[in-house]
Formats: sequence, structure tokens, C-alpha cells
Amino acid sequence: MSCLQTIQDYGLRSIGIGERLLPKDSFTLCEQFTLIGSGLIWNIYFGVLALATGFFFATALGVAKGSANAWVRKPAEWFIFLFRGSPLFIQFFFAYFLFLNLKGVYPFFNAFTSAWLGALIVLFLNTAAYTGEIFYGALRSIPKGDTEAADAYGMSGWPRFRRIIWPTMLRLAWPAYTNEAIFLFHATTLVYFSSFPTWRQKGDALYYANYFADKTFNPFIPYPILAMYFIMLTLVIVGLFGAINKHLNRHLPVERRVKMRFRMNIMR
Amino acid sequence: MFSYCSDPTTLSTFSWFSCYLTTGVHLSFYISFVKVLLLLAVTAPVALSFGFLGAMSARSRILPLSWVGKTYIALVRGIPDIAFFLFFVIALDQAFEWIRHKIKCPDWDQPIRQGADFIVCPEAKLPLGSSAQWIHESYGFALAVITFAIVFGAFAANVLFGAMRAVPRAQIETAEAYGMTHTQAFWRVLVPQMWVYALPGLSNLWMVLIKATPLLFLLGIEDIVYWARELGGTKTPKFTAYPHGDWRMWYFIALLVFYLTFTRFSEVILERLMQRLTHGQATSGGEAQRKETA
Repeated sequence: MSCLQTIQDYGLRSIGIGERLLPKDSFTLCEQFTLIGSGLIWNIYFGVLALATGFFFATALGVAKGSANAWVRKPAEWFIFLFRGSPLFIQFFFAYFLFLNLKGVYPFFNAFTSAWLGALIVLFLNTAAYTGEIFYGALRSIPKGDTEAADAYGMSGWPRFRRIIWPTMLRLAWPAYTNEAIFLFHATTLVYFSSFPTWRQKGDALYYANYFADKTFNPFIPYPILAMYFIMLTLVIVGLFGAINKHLNRHLPVERRVKMRFRMNIMR
Repeated sequence: MFSYCSDPTTLSTFSWFSCYLTTGVHLSFYISFVKVLLLLAVTAPVALSFGFLGAMSARSRILPLSWVGKTYIALVRGIPDIAFFLFFVIALDQAFEWIRHKIKCPDWDQPIRQGADFIVCPEAKLPLGSSAQWIHESYGFALAVITFAIVFGAFAANVLFGAMRAVPRAQIETAEAYGMTHTQAFWRVLVPQMWVYALPGLSNLWMVLIKATPLLFLLGIEDIVYWARELGGTKTPKFTAYPHGDWRMWYFIALLVFYLTFTRFSEVILERLMQRLTHGQATSGGEAQRKETA
């Protein structure tokens, strides 16, 4: 079987298109590359959707945590503490069993026990908490002069937030947020190892890498393939977020721009 | 555990729970918490020394050595840590068996990899097929510790590498002006000063390490996640004196609470430590402390 044929059969296997049965023995390199790459679709799905939705919630959380009103501040503080203080792995387990119990009572929760929705919700809440903390930190370090200038122009309330505070917050938070995005994508590999069932062997990249390692008892091929895919994914994220960072800093003289520094200070 | 536990069906709610929570399997569950703490206690120093070695080699003047250090740091950054965990557990096991195989059975002529099998001579098996259950368990635990140390060593190396660079250059120059050699300046000036710069990163790493402990479950250790799943599952009267429905959710709430208290506790302790370390240092934190008291 040629490699092109394999790609046609298994390229979209992780979302249920193509050959139904996974290869059983004498795995070729091409099969391993194709299936693990196909699994990456799920990692990207979880990562992109959680980031996109989590971003807005995180903004709200960051503002709420910086609020002077205790009724707004306390819930945000507790939410962030809850999700940052406990392991994501345990959160996945807990959410799955919670949804399982709810499903028994209300049929509405049927979809929540499958990974595409249930795990996505956990990732959404989790990334919102981590990002909320980053945004809160950025809000506190907005230069005093910026807000004073806004006051001098007679801005207040929503226009002041929308046009002065929010862009500055984003600009300051962006390097840390890039890190968060990288580690969110890494965290998506946990989904199928934490009780969320893989239906008809439709899993993510790590699921397939683990499948090959179990079948061949040789970890030295599938895991490096997975590593290569993830390094590529990381580079894409860095490139994309770097471009946005440039855009956010475009009004500043070069030496005052926020530098992208990559640190691993946020991992689950 | 208690004398009144002989017939659980007749008990009131409170005494039922007091019996239920002290059954033999629950004691194994509690012991698994000790396992987690033990893992942390063993891994943290080992990972720190791995990290120190990594950072030292990354800033080495010998070019290949510095490449090794930098690759070690960079690799763990780009790849999900859980992939490393799954990889190293098999890879380390096979590496050990392969080395023992080469030493113990030099005249074994069959290939080691036969299709989907990894076959070494029986004397090279780790642990030996005849050894006791506890040896199998401790071997698995040791593999887990090494895996954790390798992964977190890379994180620690990154933190320490940054901290070594954060020590003001003038300090080293002064040391060199006093006639210290490169090695002397490193050990007497750089290393004692770098900790205050490293502490924020290291305390973060400690939190990350705590939150990574449930991954023990993936390495095949009977840890708290394993027991929570086992004990929480539906139990019928046929097999146990304490039948109950699906309680896994409640067990995982207990784990969540355990981790939340543990991280919170560590946070408070580390905050105190930072306060003490910054005292009198020429950093912005130390300056702020000085102004507060003045």
C-alpha cells in the first residue's frame, strides 16, 4: 500500500472519515506519521476553541479580580484559585464523573460526557482562570500616566476601558499569554487519558502515539513523531502570537516595546 | 476497624461511614497519599540537581556540552510533559534491560527486537521474574521518580540558567579582579547569589510538580487517582458489605480539596521564605522591604 493511499485512508481517521479499522500489525512509518498527525486535529480543535472562548471570560475575570467591590472580586478570586490550585488531570476526572451523574438525572447532559464538549468546557474554564490571573497582573501594571491621560481627555466607563485600559492590558500581558497558549495546547493531550472515552478509536495525537507504542512495544518511533508535530505546532503558535505582539506594540518606539520572553511559569 | 462493624447493614449513617472509611482498601487509599508525598520528597532534590547540572552545562564554555544542556532545556519546552512520561517509562525500562542483557548474556545470538516484542535473556529481566511483589512495585516507583526528575530537571535547569544570568555581571568581575579563577568565582560568588533570583521560578516549579503528581497514574502506579476510581465505582451487595452507587465524583472532590490545601499551604510557606531571602538584598523586593520598615 502506497503512502498516498495511507494518507487517504487515515488522514482524517480521528474525526471518523476514512478506513474504519486501525492498522493491526507491521506498522509502517507512513501509517504512524499519518495517524498521529490526524490525531493532532483534536489537539488543535480543543486548543483553538478553548483559547478563543476562554479569552473573553478571562478578560472579565481579570477585571473582576481587580474590582474594588468585594461581591465581584471574591468570586473571581475563588474561581481562579480553584482552577489554578488543582491539577487539570483531576479536574478532567471530576468533571467527567460529575457529568455522568448529571446525565443520569437530566438527559440534557448526554453530550457532556463525550470529550468534544465535556473536556472542552473544562479546558475553557481552566484556561480562563490561568489567563484571568495573567490579565489581572497586567491590569495592575498599566502605567499610571495612561489612565491619567484618559481622565484628562474626559474618558470614563466603557470608552476608557475599551480604548485605553484593554489595549494596554493586552499589550503587557501578551508574552505571558503566548506561554499560556503553548501550554494549553500541551494540556489538550491529557483529555483522552482522563476517563473521557475514545469513541471508535477517534483520539488525539497522544492517543495514537500511545496506541503504536503499546502495539509495537517500541516507544522510540511514535513519541519522537509526536514530539516533532508538537514542536511544529509550538513554532506556529509562537509565530502567530509574535505577529500579534508586534501589532499590539506598533505605536511604541522600538526600545520600549514589550519583548517576547518564553518562560514556563504557567503549566498545569 | 471497630467492633460494631461486623454487620454494616444495621448501622446508622454516621457509624456506617466510620466503618466504611476504615476498611482495608481505604487504608490502601490513604497510604497512596503517602506515596504521593514520598514521590515529591524524593523527586524535588533529584530534579534540582539534574537542573543544576543542566544549567551548568548550558553555560559551559565547551561548545558541545553547552549544546547538550540547551537542547535538554529546549526539548521539554516544546513537547507536552505527559508525552515524556509515557515515553520514558518504557524507554528507561528497555534501556536498563538492554544494558543488563549486554553485560550478563554476551553470547546471546537472537535479535532483541523481534517484530512487536522486546526479548532479553531471562537473567537480564528487570525486576527478575522470580522476585517478590514489593520489588516489582518499588521498581515501578523508581522508574517514575527518574522520569519525573528528568522532566522537571529540565524545567529547573531553565530557571537556574536564567538565575545565573540574572546575577549582576559586576559581581563576577569583582571576583575576577580579586584573582579568583573561573571555578572559584562560580562557586563562591555566583551560586550563593543566584538563589534569590531563582526562588520565584523554583517555587512555581514546586507548584507545577505538586500538580503533576496525579500523572503517576499514567505510569502504572497505584496512586490516589487509581484508588479513587477503584473505590468510587458502583459496589453491589454481592461483593462487599458496603454497597453504594457511583461515588467517584465525591472521591475526586476529595482529591481536589487535597490538592487545593496542599498548593495553598505551599504558597504561604514559599511566600514567607521569599520574604526572608529578599531581606537586605539589592533587588526591588529588598528595597521595598527596607522602605516599609524605615
